[in-house]
Amino acid sequence: MTKTICRWPPLLVLGANSLVSAAPVARAQDNQIFTYVQGEQLEYRAPSDTFSWDIRGWVGGDYHRLWFKTQGDVPANGPVDRGEVQLRYSRMISPFWDLMLGARYDVEPDPSRAYAVAALHGLTPYFYEVDADFFVSEEGDVSARLEVEYQLLLTQRLILEPSFELNFAVQEVKELGIGPGLSDVELGLRLRYEIEREFAPYIGFVWERRVGRTADLARDMGEEVDSPAFVAGMRFWF
Amino acid sequence: MRHKLLFLALLAIWAMSNLAFAGEYNLVIVEKTVNLTGRERKATAINGSVPGPVLRWREGEEVIIHVTNRLSEPTSIHWHGIILPANMDGVPGISFNGIAPGETFTYRFTVKQSGTYWYHSHSGHQEQTGMYAPLIIAPTRPEPYRYDRDYVVMFSDWTDEDPHTVFAKLKKQSGYYNFQKRTVFDFFRDVAEKGWAATIADRLAWGEMRMDPTDIADVTGYTYTYLVNGQPPQANWTALFKPGERVRLRFINGSAMTYLDVRIPGLKMTVVQADGQDIQPVTVDEFRIAVAETYDVIVEPKADHAYTLFAETMDRSGYARGTLAPRRGKSADIPAPRPRPLLTMADMGMDHGAMGHGAAKPGQESGAAYAGHGTGGASAMNHGGTDHDAMIDHGAMVHHDHSRAEVPMDHAAMGHGEPGEKQVMMHGPDHHGPGADMVAMMPKGRLSEPGIGLGNTDRRVLVYTDLRNIRPGYDLRPPEREIELHLTGNMQRFMWSFDGKKYSESEPISLRYGERVRFTFVNDTMMNHPLHLHGMWSELDNGAGAYKPRKHVINVKPAERLSFEVTADALGEWAFHCHLMYHMHAGMFRKVVVAETDTSIVGGGSRTAPMEPPMTSEERYQ
Repeated sequence: MTKTICRWPPLLVLGANSLVSAAPVARAQDNQIFTYVQGEQLEYRAPSDTFSWDIRGWVGGDYHRLWFKTQGDVPANGPVDRGEVQLRYSRMISPFWDLMLGARYDVEPDPSRAYAVAALHGLTPYFYEVDADFFVSEEGDVSARLEVEYQLLLTQRLILEPSFELNFAVQEVKELGIGPGLSDVELGLRLRYEIEREFAPYIGFVWERRVGRTADLARDMGEEVDSPAFVAGMRFWF
Repeated sequence: MRHKLLFLALLAIWAMSNLAFAGEYNLVIVEKTVNLTGRERKATAINGSVPGPVLRWREGEEVIIHVTNRLSEPTSIHWHGIILPANMDGVPGISFNGIAPGETFTYRFTVKQSGTYWYHSHSGHQEQTGMYAPLIIAPTRPEPYRYDRDYVVMFSDWTDEDPHTVFAKLKKQSGYYNFQKRTVFDFFRDVAEKGWAATIADRLAWGEMRMDPTDIADVTGYTYTYLVNGQPPQANWTALFKPGERVRLRFINGSAMTYLDVRIPGLKMTVVQADGQDIQPVTVDEFRIAVAETYDVIVEPKADHAYTLFAETMDRSGYARGTLAPRRGKSADIPAPRPRPLLTMADMGMDHGAMGHGAAKPGQESGAAYAGHGTGGASAMNHGGTDHDAMIDHGAMVHHDHSRAEVPMDHAAMGHGEPGEKQVMMHGPDHHGPGADMVAMMPKGRLSEPGIGLGNTDRRVLVYTDLRNIRPGYDLRPPEREIELHLTGNMQRFMWSFDGKKYSESEPISLRYGERVRFTFVNDTMMNHPLHLHGMWSELDNGAGAYKPRKHVINVKPAERLSFEVTADALGEWAFHCHLMYHMHAGMFRKVVVAETDTSIVGGGSRTAPMEPPMTSEERYQ
């Protein structure tokens, strides 16, 4: 019996003991803090030959959480093309919805921009996961982004995830190539296999398209308006 | 003459020693390496074993138990279902401070009851890692049944994972352990069986509520190995019998999270005790044992062959197994697993069939009226423009200045003087905030239902209305008041609470010493919850009148409304909680305070029944 404790360095045991006894006596454990990190998308896109990432996570309890989000693209042989980082405070406002407030910083494209963010994140009836973001840039430009995802179980581990993302702008932001109204659309279809719940390789198809005035601006710059891509990547969380 | 005197003297000594008998026990809590799945893992053991040693006490004796903590974290032992002084109950933060590493705590109390119980840690997740054991108390007077052999059958669920990891996973992805969800193929199979319209309507109904009908167990056979007396199915724990003998099996569910459906194919089981209390015998083919319940059954295997003792989990993701055998090494077939059941709209509190439609207002005539509501929680009824108060006829109930949860007793108006089966009440307007993702719009009595996945064959299954105590209750006063609590949860966030409030957000429930009180529970979740009140008996209001079964754990089915009565005859602070360990940790927990002065009535509400002095323990256990 004593062997079990002797396996630990005595100092460590002492340290743990004093920590434990210093803590208040077995209070409610129902407001424990957890940390969550999710690599939602970590993928290679062809034929554009780029890597894309979308990583998010939070630290917090049931009602209040501090969120971290980053997404972007980096060509296989070049510097970051598009890259943004967000930090949000999230508060549960109803059983299925969180209200989030925070900031976003776009490292790329050039010129880099800072934004204030207000967002609603949650689950609608019929299990659509929705992220509705509103942005105001340091220049006063207003834009919005709507992301919707759905999980379709083919088997207990093989899951098809259709998704779409819409970006809107209230005004033209010429230096960023954004026109007013709906600026771009991204449709995705990813098929993943959950080897573990936490770890799932996937393949899929993504179609990005700039529309309206944004498309015109892109054409003027000699950029692609339409970029369909096959993707292969890894989804993970811990 | 001399001999006679000597005999008398000896008799006197024997009698005195008997009276003064004090059993003294030493329990040492240690970390131990076990291998239950092929991998070595750390378990929390009592005296080096998992489960811990069977303690055998005698009714009337004073027991002294020295518990020494050789772990690197605090521990505790709670004597589950035992009537004892509050400071001996073993709940850290409520009964005492817990037992610090290296320390010894001495429990000392007089045993005032008999039957099958168990004891377990009430600290951290130690209950999940092996710190539980049977507790058998011999009665002073003969039991009203006889048997030739006596075995303890303790079930438990074991995981190789660290329980902290299990809890964290549930918090991050509550469906993590469910590998029996409905798939696209199930959809097409349902279409083939039921047609497009019914299948789509079904999917839309569940989708509207954002609920999963396969969500029956939070933690499943994906990580659990189900044990009988600490042994996995392949180890095949075996009890011996001679054909024709009567065998008593003391079933204890020491699982952290798992409901089990117990049967012994080929044998009828006569249930003689529930939660340690003798009941009027009921013969069944199968019974569901909720977490922390105990049932004693007597079986009479007549044939000279082995019988499988089979305990399938409620979600059918696994089983515990043992064998009754005439000789060592014999075994019988393991029954085929039954298909995983699905929750129904009745489990969501929307059983329109049970609702007296005459009483319903226009605007809820259709079962398809699954309307959401302002807070975003699931609710089936289109209750937007409906006056609930009028429907429950609150007008007939007199409101005193009691706190919200308290309602003066008015049986006629409340409609639950005796628990009418299938009685339906509308849920009130309070939807319990973000911590509750649904309310059962029409909770109802479900005591005569065997529960999800059972009762659809001709197999006789034990139900709560079968339970009748063998003797009338010790306190037949009608309850003076009612405390209504709603069982609430948010599946997505794995939040569990009462009335939408976690333990850390709640005030204690106050009871006045000696009062008789009725607790009414409305399950606003679609899961079963085994509720456990420490320190006092919970007498289930199941229609048995004076013969209400005395229980320490009462299971509440999804969308069920049930009541139990309690005599607050135990001074002090007590725990009251859901015995699903991770639900308890998530907040489905309350402190109950029994005090001489009544602190519960703020604002001077008047008593509706005269007070009677509390009974002495002698009276209570006659």
